[in-house]
Amino acid sequence: MAGVAVSTTINGDNVEYLCQPDETLLDVLRDRLGLTGAKEGCGTGDCGACSIILDDRLVCSCLVLGAEAEGRRVETIEGMAHGDRLHPLQQKFLEHAALQCGICTPGFLIAAKDLLAKNPDPTEEEIRFGLAGNLCRCTGYDKIVRAVQDAASVMKGA
Amino acid sequence: MNFDPRYSNRSFTSVGTRPIRPDGVDKVTGRARYGADFNMAGQLVGRVLRSPHPHAKIRKIDTAKAEKLAGVKAVITAADLPDLTDGDAAMYDILDNCMARKKALYDGHAVAAVAAVDARTARQALKLIEVDYEVLLHVTDVDEAMKHTAPLLNDAIFTEGLEEKPVKPSNVTKRTQFGHGDIHEGFGQADFVVKRSFKTEQTHQGYIEPHACVASVSSDGTADLWVCTQGHFVYRQHCAQLLGMEASKLRVTSSEIGGGFGGKTHVWAEPVALALARKAGRPVKLVMTRDEVFRASGPTSATSIDVRIGARKDGTITAAEATLRYSCGPYAGMWAEIGAMTAFACYRLENVRTVGYEVLVNRPKTAAYRAPSAPMAAFAVESAIDELAKEIGMDPVEFRIRNAAQEGTRSSYGPVYGPIGIGPTLEAAKNHPHMKAPLGKNQGRGMACGFWFNFGGQTCTDLNIGMDGSVSLAVGTVDVGGSRASLSLVAAEELGIAYEQVKAVVADTSSLGYNDMTDGSRGTFSSSMATISAARNTIKILRERAAQMWDIPVDDVVWEKGHAIAKGEKYGNLAALSLKEIAAASGKTGGPIAGHSELVADGAGVSFATHICDIEVDPETGTTRVLRYTVVQDAGKAVHPTYVEGQYQGGAAQGIGWALNEEYIYGKDGRLQNPGFLDYRIPVCSDLPMIDTQILEIPNPNHPYGVRGVGETSIVPPLAAIANAVSNAAGVRMTHIPMSPPRILAAIEAERGG
Repeated sequence: MAGVAVSTTINGDNVEYLCQPDETLLDVLRDRLGLTGAKEGCGTGDCGACSIILDDRLVCSCLVLGAEAEGRRVETIEGMAHGDRLHPLQQKFLEHAALQCGICTPGFLIAAKDLLAKNPDPTEEEIRFGLAGNLCRCTGYDKIVRAVQDAASVMKGA
Repeated sequence: MNFDPRYSNRSFTSVGTRPIRPDGVDKVTGRARYGADFNMAGQLVGRVLRSPHPHAKIRKIDTAKAEKLAGVKAVITAADLPDLTDGDAAMYDILDNCMARKKALYDGHAVAAVAAVDARTARQALKLIEVDYEVLLHVTDVDEAMKHTAPLLNDAIFTEGLEEKPVKPSNVTKRTQFGHGDIHEGFGQADFVVKRSFKTEQTHQGYIEPHACVASVSSDGTADLWVCTQGHFVYRQHCAQLLGMEASKLRVTSSEIGGGFGGKTHVWAEPVALALARKAGRPVKLVMTRDEVFRASGPTSATSIDVRIGARKDGTITAAEATLRYSCGPYAGMWAEIGAMTAFACYRLENVRTVGYEVLVNRPKTAAYRAPSAPMAAFAVESAIDELAKEIGMDPVEFRIRNAAQEGTRSSYGPVYGPIGIGPTLEAAKNHPHMKAPLGKNQGRGMACGFWFNFGGQTCTDLNIGMDGSVSLAVGTVDVGGSRASLSLVAAEELGIAYEQVKAVVADTSSLGYNDMTDGSRGTFSSSMATISAARNTIKILRERAAQMWDIPVDDVVWEKGHAIAKGEKYGNLAALSLKEIAAASGKTGGPIAGHSELVADGAGVSFATHICDIEVDPETGTTRVLRYTVVQDAGKAVHPTYVEGQYQGGAAQGIGWALNEEYIYGKDGRLQNPGFLDYRIPVCSDLPMIDTQILEIPNPNHPYGVRGVGETSIVPPLAAIANAVSNAAGVRMTHIPMSPPRILAAIEAERGG
């Protein structure tokens, strides 16, 4: 099967790749581009570990084809920090110990970033429903919610 | 050097603080490498063909067409994994589970595997493998499997532990019994007796990272395995034995692990990946899909439990009895045995008896799941305890306090307790504001206790001092949730230096001596003990080096706050030497400075918890909402309190899922109907409230800092605490877990109808 040539933007960089028509964007990111921050927890859009932002929209990259990224903007966890300066969400996740095993963390951070971009001052309930597409099995979500609350207040002040 | 592990009271500088974990930045930036994030040059993709039948004889497997497909580099069946287990029945079961030999024993049992140049080719190749099955009758329910008429999974199994050796084979592999006193006499003294039967459905650990590994085998017999595991040394031993390799020639590196909870303590795909790599002559990456994780890794047991407890009017329990039946999947296990040991461990009982039955069923092999077997036993016992308190007319907390085990109590499973936390957790729960908060309509409050043994085990740790005075700590226990932070704190505490000066890593199997798994809540308990021992050995060398630098007797040198100090007035003019200064001079005073420790960490202190929760039940639909949840647990000593809280919260959340939602659902055809996160629904963020925690510290006398394991106990009380809350809210006793809306509705309607 012939490959599809794709030209896209990932974390601000122009990127070109060849992929199979049935290959997911998650597989392209991980296997072709070496961006393994997005994780495959289920492959069916249920766990959110592969969350990325595609043209300002939060998506599960396991449900997007690599070919669909043509001409679009992709943001992954690898682009969240500015150089060695962490995003406030990343910093607050560390401070609140909002991760244990950490496999769900990149997806949570991307989803939380998207949530705060759309709602800078969410209630606890809005955070809980906003992050309901991301599964965490270690923390019981308590410290994740607190980290997002804290990051939101820091980002508002900034 | 002799190491004294006994507890001594002390004040702490580093231990008990809450610094950021050393592996944190990598995990929030996507840099951390998990099982599937590693690749080797020339790597192939491995895929496994699995049985669609729950029970079938494998007559023939024809792999010829698959082998001919372009891009396929190896196809293997059980024939490529010859039996080298030499009569070791447990290892034979592991081998048979990795690749079915004569029979497929569950929906999802591996029967063949391929390695190909890419995933698509590998998938195509699987479709070309022809398996000729003779489908057999199957059984998936634990009670059904115990019947004489049930299809037999293994006709070589005769129940062990019966007074007379049975003449017929059975699905019951073993009967075990624990207890003391005379229960008949005890029930004779009782004014009230509660007798109930309970069921719990099978659940999965639900770690978000599927099993993943990369295997490489060279023609000279050396091999590398990169894998997400809770115990790389155990994986090395099992893989080496199954593949006929020398353990030292197989280097196993544990990746970052994306959750395990007991489910990554067994080899499943790793021997298969190694066999594929050996046959193909190229590295092979094997990653399970989520469907495979559910169908073919190791969930916990489904259970059926009968409980009988009797008490006098004054609230003293006079006798307690339980019969526990646990499913093991198709291979013998000791799950009911553990359940029988833990069932009444919270209580001071004169007459107690528990009996466990291990039952084979056509489901995947049962694996450990966080305090394995204890939550189901606690569900049954703590439900009956609540009911008994109600019959007597006592407050359920007071009833438990009256009967709680104490220091000196002979436990229901045998040993006599040292200082324990069941009484203090109950007192703390009783005085917690949560207990007094008002409840609304259709809301109920429940509480329950839980126990877990905790484990210590074989542990090996190296502590190396760099030339610049920084400290590398190499441990062999996999870090499942922050132990590199807690162990760095312990090293810093013992050496008297800053936390930031220590860097902890999990060493591979070729770099460190053998370590048992990270299981039994042993990671921080045992590796901190080994770290303390290694640090003390290092301090001895540091003192010797300082003595040499000063040219004074070593006995005159003490170690305080990260410095060597010459003791005595005659040395008044000698300035203290810092660790950094001694390290900088080490090349001239005898070379590298390091401390090692190899020990068996005995004396893991038992752990107790009490949970409180409020649940609202919608009587029209049977749906539930968790309104408030509080965990009180004894940590011995919380090394990094934030991660201790995290363990309490995480265990509670898993217990909430188990209690209310999660279950393996099998169709009449014996196939798993919900092998995905959409239909096997674990709690999401919007399902839960904040989870309050209260850490108690009753020092473990067998650890220098008093540390107890904290990881597992938190999943023991929730099933019962929630069942008690739902029962109180709905006005009907719930006896079947999970308490899904249809089950709650049926219970309410039966009560109304009755």
